[in-house]
Amino acid sequence: MSASRTSRVFLRVATGLTLLFIYFPLVIIALYAFNGNTSLGWPITSWTTEWFARAFADEGVRSALILSAQIAVAATAVAVVLGTLLAFAVQRYSFFGRETVSFLVILPIALPGIVTGIALNSAFRATGIPLGTFTVVVGHATFCVVTVYNNAIARLRRTSRSLEEASMDLGADSFQTFRHVTFPAVRSSLVAGSLLALGLSFDEVIVTTFTAGLQQTLPIWILSNYLRPNQAPLVNVVAVLVIIISVIPIYLASRLSSDAGNVAPVTR
Amino acid sequence: MTAPAATPATGAGLVRRLAIYLDRRPRLRLGLLLTPPLGWLAIAYLGSLAVMLISAFYRVDAFTGKVVPEFGLGNFQTLVTSDVYRTITVRTVGVAAAVTITDALIAFPIAYYMARVAGARVRGLLAVSVLLPLWSSYLVKVYAWYVMLAEDGVLNWLLGPLGLSGPGYGDVATWLVFSYLWLPYMILPIYAGLQRIPESLLEASGDLGARAGTTFRRIVLPLAFPAVVAGSIFTFSLTLGDYIAPQIVSNTQFIGNVVYRNVGVAGDLPFAAAFATVPIAIMIGYLLVARRLGAFESL
Repeated sequence: MSASRTSRVFLRVATGLTLLFIYFPLVIIALYAFNGNTSLGWPITSWTTEWFARAFADEGVRSALILSAQIAVAATAVAVVLGTLLAFAVQRYSFFGRETVSFLVILPIALPGIVTGIALNSAFRATGIPLGTFTVVVGHATFCVVTVYNNAIARLRRTSRSLEEASMDLGADSFQTFRHVTFPAVRSSLVAGSLLALGLSFDEVIVTTFTAGLQQTLPIWILSNYLRPNQAPLVNVVAVLVIIISVIPIYLASRLSSDAGNVAPVTR
Repeated sequence: MTAPAATPATGAGLVRRLAIYLDRRPRLRLGLLLTPPLGWLAIAYLGSLAVMLISAFYRVDAFTGKVVPEFGLGNFQTLVTSDVYRTITVRTVGVAAAVTITDALIAFPIAYYMARVAGARVRGLLAVSVLLPLWSSYLVKVYAWYVMLAEDGVLNWLLGPLGLSGPGYGDVATWLVFSYLWLPYMILPIYAGLQRIPESLLEASGDLGARAGTTFRRIVLPLAFPAVVAGSIFTFSLTLGDYIAPQIVSNTQFIGNVVYRNVGVAGDLPFAAAFATVPIAIMIGYLLVARRLGAFESL
């Protein structure tokens, strides 16, 4: 259907306004990182880059950044192993309850965040596991499995099995076939899935607040500092850092997996 | 593709024997693949959910502050009879519904432009532009609105000359921030849904004499509706499960705020667990309706 001229103009304007709505707050917060004043009033009257140096020198920011990175890497490592195994099982075999399995894997992310949070919190308390880095990793890994699984299974669906059969016919055993044929075919989808998992974990707040105990990840550092007036400049800088750190892996992942569908509708 | 020659080294023979052993036992292979992930999800996730659901029936001793593991419906009685919790539930569901409608209205034009008007290059660019903020820091976005909505913030500065002022902090701010946060979750399913509508249907409608407006109303909207419902699952569920945004840009309570406040040493964990079953029940009902409307094929 060729939309009429008026409706084209309307759609174009609406699209522009929507993009403005999406990006305006991000631009504003990026500008505040260079604010010369310590107050959050608008307009910004003086500019500086000194808060970046201060933020990097700040002990609280540094340890939160390191902790967030460690948790993201650990949770992603677990998620890659579990998600890959599950994707192979679901895609390559038919078994009783296969549909249930693919439903189970999205459940941690489909149910409201507070539900996952309080469920994990109750379970850790009931079993006497102290809240801390370990419990955060368990929580993050649980909802990161789905990103790896989704990417891996989409790739497995598209790769033909004839290459693997050829490899076996030529005398390779199943381990060699996996190492030299199957794995190279799915490798980039696993990288894309793990990048998404890294971004997801790095950014997560709600489940983290229920499982972290006294540990401070970077988002939790923001949450406990944004109301302190003298910390505001540092919070602005950390906010920009978090945007950059979480966007880069997502951007790379969307380039790696050609179909944006795998990246898209998965919730936090 | 270079097929590796099987090098007959010692030790490699053992691996090869294992490979052959596994090759003949597909059920064993499946078991080995499934055990770690299912074990994890069953123990860490379903186990946790079970613990939570059971503890919703316990109570806290008023004197010692300890959880008493006796079954009872006291928590649910409090939920149903107390005006406070009913108000909170109504507010949470109301804002979730308002956010869903707002996002559907904002998302439809841009999704339509992406799917059916823009050229391939612009379409790809727009898809990435919508996708990136979807994943970029949730908390930073809430914080950005906290800064913008302040008394001397940028919104009042922009609206002031027009004789208007921003909403300030409160339920309106919460609605605005949630609509902002979940908008990409609505745009992407609608975009995908609109792309799936075959061009031939629209041409047929035009050939049969329908104007553009009629075709839109009678063909495009009904076919795109399941995609809107699919997007609404996200906007609805995410709003029900959030407590950070209301905490930052409002002073009113959502279900999540009550749940979070009751987790902690001084809190009432069984009551928090009981209240958390409310969003679960709402979401299960919502998903059942969504499935009837055909939304699952659009996910």
